[in-house]
Amino acid sequence: MTTATATTQAPAPAGAAAGGNTLAGTRTLIRFNLRRDRVRLPVWILALFLGTLATAGNYKELYADPKDRAGVVETMDSPAGLAMSGPRHYLDDYNFGSMLGHQMLGFMAVLVGLMSVLIITRHTRTEEETNRAELVRSTVVGRHAHLAAALCVAVLANLVLALLLAFGLSGMGIDGIDLSGSLLYGFDHAAVGIVFAAVAAITAQITAHSRGASGMALAVIGVAYVLRAAGDVGSNGALSWLSPIGWVQRTYVYVDNRWWPLLLCLALAVLCAAAGFVLSTRRDVGAGLRATRLGRPVASDALGRPFGFALRLHRGMLIGFGAGLFLMGVMYGSILGDAEDMLQDIDEIQEALQEIGGATIAESFASMVMVIITVVAVVYVVMAALRPRAEETSGRAEPLLATGLSRTRWVGSHLAVAMTGGTVLLLLAGLGFGISGAASTGDSGLFLKLVGAALAYAPALWVTVGVAVVFFGWFPRASAAAWIVPVYAFVVGYLGQILQFPDWMNNLSPLGHVPQLPAADLSWTPLVLLTLIAAALVWLGLEGFRRRDLETN
Amino acid sequence: MTQAITVSGLHKSFGKTHALDGLDLNVETGEVHGFLGPNGAGKSTTIRVLLGLLRADAGTAQLLGRDPWADAVELHRHLAYVPGDVELWPNLTGGEAIDLLSRLRGGVNRQRRDELIERFDLDPTKKGRAYSKGNRQKVAIVAALASDAELLLLDEPTAGLDPLMEVVFQDVIFEAKAAGKTVLLSSHILAQVEKLADRVSIIRLGKIVQSGTLGEMRHLTRTTIEAETETPATGLEELPGIHDVRTDEGRVRFAVDGGRLDGAVRKLTEFGIRSLISHPPTLEELMLRHYGDELSANGHSNGNDDGSGIGKSTAASDGAVR
Repeated sequence: MTTATATTQAPAPAGAAAGGNTLAGTRTLIRFNLRRDRVRLPVWILALFLGTLATAGNYKELYADPKDRAGVVETMDSPAGLAMSGPRHYLDDYNFGSMLGHQMLGFMAVLVGLMSVLIITRHTRTEEETNRAELVRSTVVGRHAHLAAALCVAVLANLVLALLLAFGLSGMGIDGIDLSGSLLYGFDHAAVGIVFAAVAAITAQITAHSRGASGMALAVIGVAYVLRAAGDVGSNGALSWLSPIGWVQRTYVYVDNRWWPLLLCLALAVLCAAAGFVLSTRRDVGAGLRATRLGRPVASDALGRPFGFALRLHRGMLIGFGAGLFLMGVMYGSILGDAEDMLQDIDEIQEALQEIGGATIAESFASMVMVIITVVAVVYVVMAALRPRAEETSGRAEPLLATGLSRTRWVGSHLAVAMTGGTVLLLLAGLGFGISGAASTGDSGLFLKLVGAALAYAPALWVTVGVAVVFFGWFPRASAAAWIVPVYAFVVGYLGQILQFPDWMNNLSPLGHVPQLPAADLSWTPLVLLTLIAAALVWLGLEGFRRRDLETN
Repeated sequence: MTQAITVSGLHKSFGKTHALDGLDLNVETGEVHGFLGPNGAGKSTTIRVLLGLLRADAGTAQLLGRDPWADAVELHRHLAYVPGDVELWPNLTGGEAIDLLSRLRGGVNRQRRDELIERFDLDPTKKGRAYSKGNRQKVAIVAALASDAELLLLDEPTAGLDPLMEVVFQDVIFEAKAAGKTVLLSSHILAQVEKLADRVSIIRLGKIVQSGTLGEMRHLTRTTIEAETETPATGLEELPGIHDVRTDEGRVRFAVDGGRLDGAVRKLTEFGIRSLISHPPTLEELMLRHYGDELSANGHSNGNDDGSGIGKSTAASDGAVR
């Protein structure tokens, strides 16, 4: 028998072991994945690395004087400041290092998590969804090789980032940023990234669609962030201990340099990854754990109309974002009362607030939260407004546009869903924030104020939709550039407050023109103008789409 | 007869590739028109221009007397389209997708829809993600044929269908033709076009290289004759239009140009015919006439228009006949 197999054997692929090995071919797949990501991963890693270096350099410029740093401590030592940054312990010794750990770590954890989730989904679920995995799995590749290779690539990317940060930061020669602290700072990133990669290893097993798999993992990141925000503002920080982002922030990097919270991350990552491997054996290739059910043999009346059809395609994502934003509003609302209690005794802050127009502490914190909520809604709006592009490139637009449906109506139906959907999201977030905010402060008048404040951002969402449709109509291949809007709004609205960006940078974001309710007064002019700009952009985009070729493969 | 589709001098480029290079196409009302050519010849691009999904760089096109770009939506109410590669919405069932496409076209004939689903043996309750390629194709075919469209644009509609379903498809197309519908059927499956099409246009590198009824086309090409004669057939080589004569103990085999068939058979009778087989050129041979040079460039021996290509593929089809 040995001779028989020897003569008929095809040349074995390098690195592939004998049958029965569920990890066979992993090494080849790792190299293959790295080859596919040879541009994407370096861009991610360098952007995160250089962004951190630039921030650290910025601190040195802006806060050279210890008095300036003391001023930052005062701003940060507020519920809004803590919710946006990290635990208060960092404030005790606010040097450049602890500033970095305090202000950047939570924010960077979200980005590193995003990178890791996308790596895992791209190399597992997307491969299966496109049937490429089937082709690869028919060769000498083990059952677990795809997931193992994806996890290896994610771990590798995170470790490279960790080492770059460690040596890059310590090499800058900034006071308080030493090598031992920087090593921990780097590995904080790696630890949280690996945890979320492992979380994605589970979500990739649950649903059959890569969009759903990424969405669920991103929701976990969102929950982790909101938990740590609530915990850091709250009196005892217990909630933060439920969040991996809270764990790495509690290494108190550059302050105490505690390494042991990273063990929690490691344990959770191993647990999640193992669960991912186990779950993957409980399902078929290409299928999710959640079985696809049979559906209706005939279409409902609503489905025959363009808007009803578009709504059907957007439904899942809209429900997901709606639930997430409502919960986010409830979470932030519940700490609104704490915010009030914490700060009302501090006379300086009371005076400062009087100067800017008599807003209460709760109100100024609320307007801060509104920006964050709106950025999440903007993310939804961009995804929804770019849906026609996804339909076009996947070839699903072609049969539709070969019917009596005009191009304008087709795109218009998606835009209508994006605009009304985005507005509904703001309403849900406002309701959640309003209900729990009014309850925690005991000020029932706050409810309507908060709902109104959220809805005031609707015109900014519509402008974002307009920007996306202009790209879609005139520069379809560059459609993804519409993501600039939420990214820019996030950087300016979030970091801008810490890094003190000039006003004109704020004005470039559509969100920058919305009156900061409830702290500021309502003025209708910018809202009307934003609405008009949105209408003009949508018109322009539709005109472009009417004039161009449909892209087909 | 009126023209359902008239296209003249159509040009379309994608960057540096010229997908259509002066294409002319005429499809008469009520006919099934075969649109033949290999992958990448420009079949799908032509159909997408006819649908107003792509805008031609130059040339004119008319569908049912209208301009496909300017009047796209109005035209689409009168036509139905089946793409070669059907993508469905993962979270919609096949039945929902059929209804959606039919309604957007202007209404669904429920009885006809259900009958077609039955005939094509399609499960309308499955979600789009769960369908195989063949079943996705069936969804598009049912959606197109359940409509009352007067013009059907079918772009390689049966790719992925099994032979049984292929037969059902042919029946349905015959019925459509009987109902007076016009069909443009793009394909590279020659047997299918041979069965269904009244007229055929062969496209190559974005141009129509030949167009006409199958009879007309066959006239332009060579028929292969195989005969057994009482006395050995000689002197055939001297006749005009006869090629590749091979004799073997009372058997003779040769190819003859369409217009010279009569003379060749007359000559054969002089030797006393015992048996006679004639093979009309298959579409394969028609295609090979136009694509022969490409094949030979790729290292295949047939082609070059010297008849050797025809001789070779006839030998292959002989095997199938016996």
